[in-house]
Amino acid sequence: MEAFRVHSGLVVPLDRANVDTDLIIPKQFLKSIKRTGFGPNLFDELRYLDPFDEAAPRATRQPNLEFSLNMPKYAGASILLSRENFGCGSSREHAVWALVQFGIRCVIAPSFADIFKNNAFKSGLLPVELDEAVVDRLFQQSADGEGVNLTIDLGSEQVTLPDGTQVDFSVDAFRRHCLLEGLDDIGITLQREDAITAFERNHQRTQPWLFNEVKL
Amino acid sequence: MGRTLYDKLWDAHLVDQQDDGSALIYIDRHLIHEVTSPQAFEGLRLAGRSPRRLNANVAVPDHNVSTDPNERALEGYSGVADATSRVQLETLNDNCNDFNIPLIDLADQRQGIVHVMGPEQGATLPGMTIVCGDSHTSTHGAFGALAHGIGTSEVEHVLATQCLLTKKMDNFRVVLDGEAQPGVTAKDLALAVIGQIGTAGATGCALEFAGSAVRSLTMEGRMTLCNMAIEAGARAGMVAVDQVTLDYVKSRPMAPTGEQWEMAETYWRTLHSDADAIFDRELVIDASAIEPQVTWGTSPEMVTSIRGTVPTMDDMHDETGRKSLERALDYMGLQQGMKLSDIPVDMVFIGSCTNARIEDMRAAAAVVRGHKKADNVERVLVVPGSGLVKAQAEAEGLDKVFTEAGMEWRAPGCSMCLAMNADKVEPGKRCASTSNRNFEGRQGFGGRTHLVSPAMAAAAAVTGRFTHPAHVEAL
Repeated sequence: MEAFRVHSGLVVPLDRANVDTDLIIPKQFLKSIKRTGFGPNLFDELRYLDPFDEAAPRATRQPNLEFSLNMPKYAGASILLSRENFGCGSSREHAVWALVQFGIRCVIAPSFADIFKNNAFKSGLLPVELDEAVVDRLFQQSADGEGVNLTIDLGSEQVTLPDGTQVDFSVDAFRRHCLLEGLDDIGITLQREDAITAFERNHQRTQPWLFNEVKL
Repeated sequence: MGRTLYDKLWDAHLVDQQDDGSALIYIDRHLIHEVTSPQAFEGLRLAGRSPRRLNANVAVPDHNVSTDPNERALEGYSGVADATSRVQLETLNDNCNDFNIPLIDLADQRQGIVHVMGPEQGATLPGMTIVCGDSHTSTHGAFGALAHGIGTSEVEHVLATQCLLTKKMDNFRVVLDGEAQPGVTAKDLALAVIGQIGTAGATGCALEFAGSAVRSLTMEGRMTLCNMAIEAGARAGMVAVDQVTLDYVKSRPMAPTGEQWEMAETYWRTLHSDADAIFDRELVIDASAIEPQVTWGTSPEMVTSIRGTVPTMDDMHDETGRKSLERALDYMGLQQGMKLSDIPVDMVFIGSCTNARIEDMRAAAAVVRGHKKADNVERVLVVPGSGLVKAQAEAEGLDKVFTEAGMEWRAPGCSMCLAMNADKVEPGKRCASTSNRNFEGRQGFGGRTHLVSPAMAAAAAVTGRFTHPAHVEAL
């Protein structure tokens, strides 16, 4: 996993609450057995005016020019700004992959859905929760003028706003450590092999039925 | 101090607790399907790892299978017209073969939606920790289990370590007291709760459903209720174990027997919140006041009773709310203040992990019996949750009730709930659906979803609009 320490980038606003993972990456793209290639279809049903057709070349699709991700002023944005309960719905990690593969490194919102937040940390995408008032201000600023550039420092858990003021955010200590170091969860867990084995032995003694062979 | 049901399940699976609050919990059952697992198996291969405990896993294809009976009659996956889908389905079989994961394949009569199959087979048992790369894994909490959805990286993590790196959630209890009115089902209770607390109302919480209205639900009703916990933001929903639970579990193929059963039953009977347990949050709802529910918008929290109306801008308390309402009404093609019972429907879908069990089929058939599909309703899909539900329904003649009414009786799968396969709501069409999500595009690009119970869906199918099921003449 790519580590996340300090990131500076342009903000692209997506002004709606309860952005669900179906919206982030619609189901027709979940047929893939790969972990890559989702970027072009991020927010597919908002980004394009015509529905996706597997047989048609991508170049022929009609971009929705009113959708923020397609606006020239937000080109190259790497920080997505949204409203409360971002990432609700389906557990599909493809939503995180699509955001990352599009070029988003950080999502800022007042709150996130649990499964999405969990998934984000596994692929180096940083979910940052900021107060509604700060989020409101950022929406206003990104709509006006040239757009907003932010610096997000995970080490100090601070976002530096365009006017130089700093806003604190907080990330689960363990997740923060993993993301700063780019650590693989499985590797970390396997270091606790002894504890797992000891637990498993006791668990089998007290609830042996859980260890019966699955005979189908 | 007393412990909640969630506390007990957590404590019984805690492998290791770190000072920073992160914990390792042991996973008893891992359910696998074709959509969220291929990248996890690929990850294992790349790292040279293998599954830690094969018998903890059960796999079944469901999300992306065809529900067309003719296609299903063909051998293997040859009936799957879409090449990409076929590869995904074949990949599940290949991965299960390569890693020796127990698999119920498409031709097996026990195949079905993973959250229908698990309880049917007794792969779901009280006291278990159960995970699956699907958010509706909360369904299994109905058994007094700790069950929740995980992402693909976690699927790989569970395969490799039999554990999950996680953090303890808050305890939230919703008490539904009182006797539900006739025609009010578990689905209506779930939608009413979501309408009250909102789609993020239980984020960060394990949600226990309690109270007399929950106790009087069958296991299938409890599964419907817990299934929808995630639509209130809770990864896990749960109901305490009682005699109803034990009666359902006993004699399931994978349930313990003999001495093991005695031992298990003794333990399972302790799986309830203690009288002096402390909840971080608690909400008491009068279940007798709940009416049949219909969603009108693009989030499950946008819901009201069948006697209700679509909200107006004046009902919204802030700008975000007004924008959401405006967008939802535009997408749904509805006007402020409209009566729900005045909305005509184009399609009806009866199925999904929420409502495709035998009692759901019976409830829908009871309303449909003797009626015909309304002329304005173009298509009604009835999709049983598993091959066993299908066989049972056919033994009871329910399939005939549907087909004689001009409805389609399909083969089991997730179908039009997420519309990954060919079962889709066409752009601009309005669907009364027994599924769990009414998000934009969920049932197909531009499709408009209204979430309802099986009885309401059946009532919509025969009257052509949203109708209180009790107002459909029983024939």
